[in-house]
Amino acid sequence: MLIDWFTVVAQLLNFLILVWLLKRFLYQPVLDAIDAREQRIAKELAQADATRDAAQAEQTHFREQQAALDAQREALLATATAEADAEGKRLIEAARQRATELEAHQTQRLATQATALRQALAERTQHEVFAVCRKALGDLADAGLESRMVATFVRRLQAARAADEATLLADFKASAAPLVVRSAFALSDADRAAVQAALKDDLGIAQAPQFEIASDRVAGIEIASAGQTLGWSIADYLDALQASVSELLAAPAPPAGEAKPSIKLKVPTDAG
Amino acid sequence: MHLSPDDIILWQFGLFKINATIAFTWALMAVLTVGAWAVTRRLSRGLARSRWQNLLEIIVTGIETQIADIGLVAPRNYVGFLGTLFLFVATASLFTIVPGYEPPTGSLSTTTALALAVFVAVPMFGIAECGLREYLAAYVKPTVIMLPFNIISELSRTLALAARLFGNMMSGTMILAILLTITPFIFPIMLSALGLLTGMVQAYIFSVLAAVYIAAATRIRPPLPGGAAADTASANTP
Repeated sequence: MLIDWFTVVAQLLNFLILVWLLKRFLYQPVLDAIDAREQRIAKELAQADATRDAAQAEQTHFREQQAALDAQREALLATATAEADAEGKRLIEAARQRATELEAHQTQRLATQATALRQALAERTQHEVFAVCRKALGDLADAGLESRMVATFVRRLQAARAADEATLLADFKASAAPLVVRSAFALSDADRAAVQAALKDDLGIAQAPQFEIASDRVAGIEIASAGQTLGWSIADYLDALQASVSELLAAPAPPAGEAKPSIKLKVPTDAG
Repeated sequence: MHLSPDDIILWQFGLFKINATIAFTWALMAVLTVGAWAVTRRLSRGLARSRWQNLLEIIVTGIETQIADIGLVAPRNYVGFLGTLFLFVATASLFTIVPGYEPPTGSLSTTTALALAVFVAVPMFGIAECGLREYLAAYVKPTVIMLPFNIISELSRTLALAARLFGNMMSGTMILAILLTITPFIFPIMLSALGLLTGMVQAYIFSVLAAVYIAAATRIRPPLPGGAAADTASANTP
């Protein structure tokens, strides 16, 4: 018979013993190890999740902090820019004001210099013209300059009688103030007599004039009473010359190749 | 030539005897137990582990997964019984490459013992899971007429378990022995390799069928939602 029942029982026992042995030495330890590993992995995963959450929270915190810092920096930058702009405008305004002041000061200084130059030029011109005229008259007409001036003054008085200066002559006559004949040079007796004759005969002024020498004048002669004057002076010519020169200086510079500007001297007539 | 290793008597005292079946079974038990002990005495519970531990973990978790796939709800309760069935039958087949070795599963006594173990274990697990009343009531379902057929089914499948394993293992050994006498070396080697494959398949079939029987017995109660399984179909598998 193929089945040996003793062997069957023995093998059944052997199998049960093997089941117990393998449970004891194989299944239980291995499954326990697997469970422990799974628990450990789960724990590590949970820790990793917690760490990740903490890192995310930290990251969020840092991002918020970064955003706040950025906003603060932008605000500071905007404030600094505004302050810099204001300071720049202030500095530009101060510079402009300073430039205006300097320009005004320079203009005033130039004007002062021009006035002084003009005055010096006029005086110099008077002296030079007077000297030239004196010499020219002496050389050409054999006549003194002072005598020619007195003669011209006398003609001026005579012309005034017929001109619109009659009112002025009336004032001279009616004035109680002394009549003064003021000249830049000492009049000779003949010249004085000629002036007195002209006053008396031509103008009807009987009052004897007083003769004075005005050292500040280059040339010329005038009568004065109560603040009013009538006379002839080379200064009128010089004023015309000065006006012409000033006009020339004020004119813009002509382009190259054009004719040079000329001085046009407007000499006033004796009647004028 | 011995048809069964039972015939090789190593020691006998009256009714008690030690034949090759029992001796080789003890050898297999020793190899399995000592091997398991040698590896599991230094088990690592961390991520780093030895190759042998990896092998044992693959085997144990593979068995557990197979049991779960068959439909048993708590596979760890059955790993000891079903896993030992598989490992014993598989190891018995694997050692056929050792010259002079006679697989204990080539003995009808051994396969009968294993089938009897299954025959006893099935109602034990069924009663433990569902209770005695529920388990016995399953034999008269759907009608009382089915009672004898159910009993015959229990007995016949046990007989089939024993005969199938014995036939396959014994035939493999016998064919190998016959071929060694009449053919050169090549064919026995190829048939030996084929016998290894057949042995592994038989180990798988034996343990899976036992698992199916247990699953059928433990699922007499209405199955849990989503856990549908063909109880009757698997129970009638020879």
